[in-house]
Parts: sequence; C-alpha cells; structure tokens
Amino acid sequence: MADLTTDFLGIKSPNPFWLASAPPTDKEYNVRRAFEAGWGGVVWKTLGAEGPPVVNVNGPRYGVIHGADRRVLGLNNIELITDRSLEINLEEITRVKKDYPDRAVIVSIMVPCEEQAWKDILPKVEATGADGIELNFGCPHGMSERGMGAAVGQVPEYIEMVTRWCKQYYSKPVIVKLTPNITDVRLPAAAAKRGGADAVSLINTINSIVSVNLDSMSPEPSIDGKGTHGGYCGPAVKPIAMSMVSEIARAPDTAGLPISGIGGVTTWRDAAEFITLGCGNVQVCTAAMTYGFKVVQEMISGLSQWMDEKGHTSIQDFMGAAIPNTTDWQYLNLNYVAKAEINQDDCISCGRCYAACEDTSHQAIAMSSDRTFTVIDAECVACNLCVEVCPVENCITMVEQKPGTVDARTGKTVVDDYANWTTHPNNPGAVAAE
Amino acid sequence: MNSQMNPGVTARRLNDDSLRENFGDLHAPLQPHEAAVASDRCYFCHDAPCVTACPTDIDIPLFIRQISTGTPEAAATTIFDMNILGGMCARVCPTEELCEQACVREVAEGKPVEIGRLQRHATDTLMAKGVHPFERADATGKTVAVVGAGPAGLSCAHRLAMLGHNVALYDARPKAGGLNEYGIAAYKSTNDFAAKEVDWLLAIGGITLENGKALGDALSLDDLARDFDAVFLSVGLGGVNALGIDGGENDSVIDAVEFIELLRQTDDLATLPVGRNVVVIGGGMTAVDAAVQSKLLGAQNVTIAYRRGREAMSASRYEQDLAASHGVQLLFNVQPKAVLNGGASTQIELEYTAVTNGKLAGTGETLFLNADQVFSAIGQTLTTDGGLVLEGGKIAVSERGRTNRSKVWAGGDCASGGNDLTVTAVAEGRDAAMDIHATLMGGVE
Repeated sequence: MADLTTDFLGIKSPNPFWLASAPPTDKEYNVRRAFEAGWGGVVWKTLGAEGPPVVNVNGPRYGVIHGADRRVLGLNNIELITDRSLEINLEEITRVKKDYPDRAVIVSIMVPCEEQAWKDILPKVEATGADGIELNFGCPHGMSERGMGAAVGQVPEYIEMVTRWCKQYYSKPVIVKLTPNITDVRLPAAAAKRGGADAVSLINTINSIVSVNLDSMSPEPSIDGKGTHGGYCGPAVKPIAMSMVSEIARAPDTAGLPISGIGGVTTWRDAAEFITLGCGNVQVCTAAMTYGFKVVQEMISGLSQWMDEKGHTSIQDFMGAAIPNTTDWQYLNLNYVAKAEINQDDCISCGRCYAACEDTSHQAIAMSSDRTFTVIDAECVACNLCVEVCPVENCITMVEQKPGTVDARTGKTVVDDYANWTTHPNNPGAVAAE
Repeated sequence: MNSQMNPGVTARRLNDDSLRENFGDLHAPLQPHEAAVASDRCYFCHDAPCVTACPTDIDIPLFIRQISTGTPEAAATTIFDMNILGGMCARVCPTEELCEQACVREVAEGKPVEIGRLQRHATDTLMAKGVHPFERADATGKTVAVVGAGPAGLSCAHRLAMLGHNVALYDARPKAGGLNEYGIAAYKSTNDFAAKEVDWLLAIGGITLENGKALGDALSLDDLARDFDAVFLSVGLGGVNALGIDGGENDSVIDAVEFIELLRQTDDLATLPVGRNVVVIGGGMTAVDAAVQSKLLGAQNVTIAYRRGREAMSASRYEQDLAASHGVQLLFNVQPKAVLNGGASTQIELEYTAVTNGKLAGTGETLFLNADQVFSAIGQTLTTDGGLVLEGGKIAVSERGRTNRSKVWAGGDCASGGNDLTVTAVAEGRDAAMDIHATLMGGVE
C-alpha cells in the first residue's frame, strides 16, 4: 500500500489532506472530530489581533451554485475571521496539538499591516506548539475593507514586508496564502518568496455574487435586503486554482517554491491533479462542509489505490509530474492532427454532438435519416466539443492522425515533425527554425 | 362485511380503507424536487426521438428543460400548445410504447426519462392555479358543430374556439369527457380529474356544451351540415361486440366497458358488487382496466383470457405487468367457448388455440374456470355513421380528417386510421380543426 505520508516544509502529516483555514477549523471541537476522521492536518481558522474579536453578520453567510440534484458546485461565503477571542483559540490550539502530535496544525493569522501587531501575536502563536503559520492575505470580503486579507495580498510590497516580519519574529515555517483576485498570481508569489516565505498556499476565495433574488432584488446571501460579494470556492473554482498553481510552479522566479494547493479539492483525483502540478499537499474546505469530515476516507483510499495502480510509493513520486507538460500556447505542436471518431456501438443517437457542431462549430458531423451520426473528416478540426457534450463517456474520441496520412480537411500529409507558432510562417514575429 | 372468499357476486368485499388505497393515484405526482431531478436526466436531444414518437408532437425536450429551470407553468403551455388534453394524456398514455420507448436513455440504460410523470407535473401545476393559458383570436363569425365531447371532440372544439370560431359541442352522455370520463381505470384519473379537465378546457370560451344529444337521435347530420359552417364528428364507438358463444346471453356476462363506467361514476365503491371469480375476455387496455379493478374491488381470482399470445396483446407489456403485479392471472392462447350455469358457481369453458397456416383456430382441448362474472372486452363498434362512407367499420377520413361529405370532418375512435389511443384522438381533433379553419377562412377545398 502506498505511503501517503507527507513532509511539507518539514511538517509531517499522515496524508496530504489538510483542512483549510475556514469554518471547519474554527474550534477545538471541530478539529478533534476532523483528526478522529483521519485528516492529515488543519490550518486553524484565521486568528485576529488581541482584543474584542470581529463580529459576523447574524443572517445567512453562504450562497451556493447547485448542480443536478442540488449537488454543491460552488459555495460562497461572507464570514469573517474567527469571532472568538485570541486567548481561547490559543488555548485550544495548544491542547489539540499536544493530543495529536502526528498531525499538522498550522495557525492562520490576519492582523493589521503594522510590524507591532505581528510582533505581538507571533510569540503567542509560537507558544502553542503549532507546526507553522499561514498568512491570510486572501480573504476578499469584510476584512479587505479594513486593509487586511486580500487588500494586502493585492500589493506585492506588503506581502514581502509582512512575510519578512513573520520570518523575523517566528521560528517555524511561514506559508503565505494568496488571493486569486489579482491579474498575475506570479507577482505576489514572488514577493512572498522574496520576503522569505517557506511556501505559498492558493487559492483563497474569489470575489463572487452567486445569485440575485429576483423578488427582493438583493444579491444573496441577503442580509436585511442587501448583499455583498463573498468568497467563491468549491468544485467550480478548481480549474482557476490549478492554473494559478501551475503558473507559480513554472515561473523561473518561483519554481521550486513549495505550494499547498487549495481550490475545489473534492475527491482523491482532484488532490492527485494538484500534486502533479507541483503541490506538496492540498487543503480542503467545501467538500468537508458539504459532506462532513468522513469524506477524507474516500480521498485517502482513492489516492492510495491510484498510487498502487501506478506504482507510486510516495507523494514525491508524482509531485510536479505534469509541470514539464504544462506550457505556453505558442509551444503547442501545430503539426499534431486529430479527428473525432464516433463509436456507433456506443452511440445512443441523442444528436447532441450534431446540434453542437452544426449550430456552434464546424458542421463536421453528418446526421442520417435513421439518426446515425458520423464525423466529416474534411470539416473536423478536432475541437473536442462533441466529445464533451456527448452524454456517453468515451463514445466519441479524438484519434491522432498518424504521420503519412492525409488530413482530409487541409489536404496536407501529417508529418512527424514538431512545429509551433513561434516558427509558423503566418506569425509576423516568427523566428526562423534553427 | 364480506370478504374475498364469499361465493358469487357481492359488494363490500373490502373495507373502505383498502378501497381508498386501492383506487388512489396509480403514480404519485412528482414533488418539485423529484421533478427537478427527473428533468435533469433529459439530454435535450437534437430532433428528439421522443417528439417523433408522440402522436401530438409535443416538444418534450423543451418542456422538460422548462421544468428543470423552475418554470413548470411555461412547460405546461408548451404541452397544451400541441395537446390541450396533456393532463389526461400524462395519466393514460402508454408512454412505455411512445415517448419513453423512444427516449435515448431507454435505449442506453433501459431507464427512460420519466416523460409522462414530468408532463403531469407541469400540467397539474398550471391547472392547479386555474390558469387557462390561451386566448381566443378575433371572432371569425363562423360556427362549427362538434358531435361527441370525448378527447377528439374536446381537442377539436378547443382549437376551433382558440382560432376565433364559435363551437356548439354536443354529447350523448350526461357528462362530457367521453372515455376519459367513462372508460378508463379509476386509478388513472383520480379526484374527478376528467370532469375538472373539461371545465378547465372550456374556460377558453366560445364553446357551448349540450349534453344528452346524440347523433341519429336529437341530432341529424343533415341539419347540422345545414345550420353550421362545418361539422366534426367524434362520436366514438357506442356499440360493444358480443361474445357470440353458448351462454353468452347469461346474466353473468357483462360488457367490461359498462363495468368500468359503473366504477367511474359510483359515489361509493363499496356498493359495487364483484364476483369471487372473475374472467375477463380480451387483450386490450379495457380488459386490463376491468381485470385490475375487479381485483382492487376484492375479487379473489381474476383471469384475463386472451385468444392469442402475449406479444399480440394490444395492452402494453407495462399494462400486462401492472395486471400481474395486482395478482391478475394472464392466460394466453385461449378463446371462450361457452358460459355454463352450473348451479352454485358459473363456469366458463375456454378452448386452447393455435395458429396454423396463419389462421387462429381452436385446438379442441378445453379448460374450465369458475366465473361468477365474465367481462367481455373484445372491442367496440360504430353505432352512428350519419350515412357516411365507412372503411373497416369506421367513418372513412382523409389524413386531415375529411369525410366523403363536404363540410363534415371526423376523428377519434369513430374514424378510420388511428389506434384507439386518447393521444391520437387529441391529435386528430386538433388537426381536423386546423383543416376546418383553413377551409373556412381560406376557402381551401
């Protein structure tokens, strides 16, 4: 059986599944239940400065995008950082870490962008025995209006400055949590690295309005008739998160910087994908909030089974394995030619491929009077739309055209050579092939 | 209080609770969440096979998508636009042989989208609001007589009224609705649905309903053709085929149609007598409806005796299974030979059949079944043809419902073509209305 143990920044955990800083990790009670359920680690819900804690709204905090049968596809929240006192949180963290020495306990922190504020809180956090800290530079609602959270994460100079303070006043690993509400995630990641961050974690939630009530005309969740943007997470954000992770993993400035992947991890497969893009572990929230802590059991068994099947003995075996294959569009092989192929035995004649191709794409699927659907090679550009709209998995496939065959659409013989846009004659900026 | 074991024919075999449960809705209506889940299974097929399979061409993928987006009322309008009796059709259509059989998910998984139940969800939702979704066009000044207020007549009358014509709708019975009201199993049309549907349909306006007027009796085709701009005949099949066997005149032999009608019209099911042993002769929906309802009333042994094999039965496999699941015995390849009055218990003698050289004939071997009641469900016949040309015992009509007489159209069970389904009658009534409209307004011949 595969070994799921992870060593992230020297912090050991029995598996790569951590609970993200969020409502599930707000209290000792929840965290104990999470550890009993099998979670490898937690990032404790964000602590604020000493003194009266923040207050939350007393109305709905969450909004959801539902799929079929009310499956939660996207979740948005307007909850703030912990609304319990610093002292109580610190006491609880201390007790929990003592009782679960083999699990990772990371403390998320958000205090004002003043050196003294960080200088005050960091020794107290250090005293809990927790394994590290995560700087919440991502929370996009409420706290950002007060100059914290995403307001810091959107200014690379602040990230660097605060990270440096943390490295100065705290001895254990410092993880910087990044906001996706920026144009280029590589810049804040590089700033964190310059400040001395041991790792970055991403993504935090995305600015979002999930719904508008068409009777009250209020965005939802609605508080007394008014709504505000919240932070979006859940399965819907995974593609955005993975792209941002890959950019940091690939950028020369930040390549090699440890990453904790966050964003819509719902199954073992999601976790495996994040890890192949360079993450050392993953953090989960929405899946736990939807299904409860038990969901980690599927993640553990699934990842373990897949690793066994692939012959991976540790997470390290496939960590970052997809990074070399993640490239810029300009380097994609323009000599690669594929064509859609419909397996007539599997086809149930729904005609969705036909409607999609005929109405919105390349008119490359023919429909006969007896509802047989066939690909017209002379029109097919292998766009993949038919594959994706077909309700039968693997009924339509993209078949690579072997070198030597003639592409019926272009009339050109498929060649084995690799050639990309940088050298293409239609590219005004093309450089001559060496 | 009697029981299933009491000999002979008697009422009150079951208590009120059992009867209420037995004659409740065959399929519980879909709740909104169930409808959302069921509608999500629809693939929104291109040129969808289910639409092709629907005799009324309802845009099924569209109405299902309208349900899935939380607008069942719009879905209902999509349905009613093609089939104004979409509410009843959702209950009685053999969907397993029409839209749901054609559903690509039936082909793929053997589990079609539940089109019938979704249709009912949509139509029930709108009808429960008392909303009639259509308005009449400007008055044309034309008048049309529609004779027979069954599915075909109601459909025709509604479409004509919608197009601006004034319609005089006649029916021989005290209530409109035709077989919807008198001829289908009670558990398919609970809570007086057929009558409510008629009221809802007539809310379009422009239709005057006169009950108790039959063609050949109070109404003559010549008079109607003279007094109205057009006539649509949808008189159904008023006669019942006789068994034509020894003892066929015995009191224990009853028309299944009459039995079903009695069931539908009674105020108290407990007062209806039913035999301990019931044999139903026939292989259609009427046979199944009579057999299942006999069982539900408390008959101990109910048998459907059909002269051909299972595959030839016009009742669908679904209906056959429904009967079997209620404990009805299905006996194939037997034909009635004689009804014998043997004192304490009446018996029916059945003869096995075989097909030789393409012809069905008795083999000579017989069997006897106890039969306190024998329900005959071997088809119905046209009784009032208005002097029109017939074809196969029905009024001959063209594809557009035209008879051999100008100004006279016909549709539904009384007309040639078709397949005795409610939904087909609705389509024929609607299409004839469109042809009448075109003829009256455009002078088309």
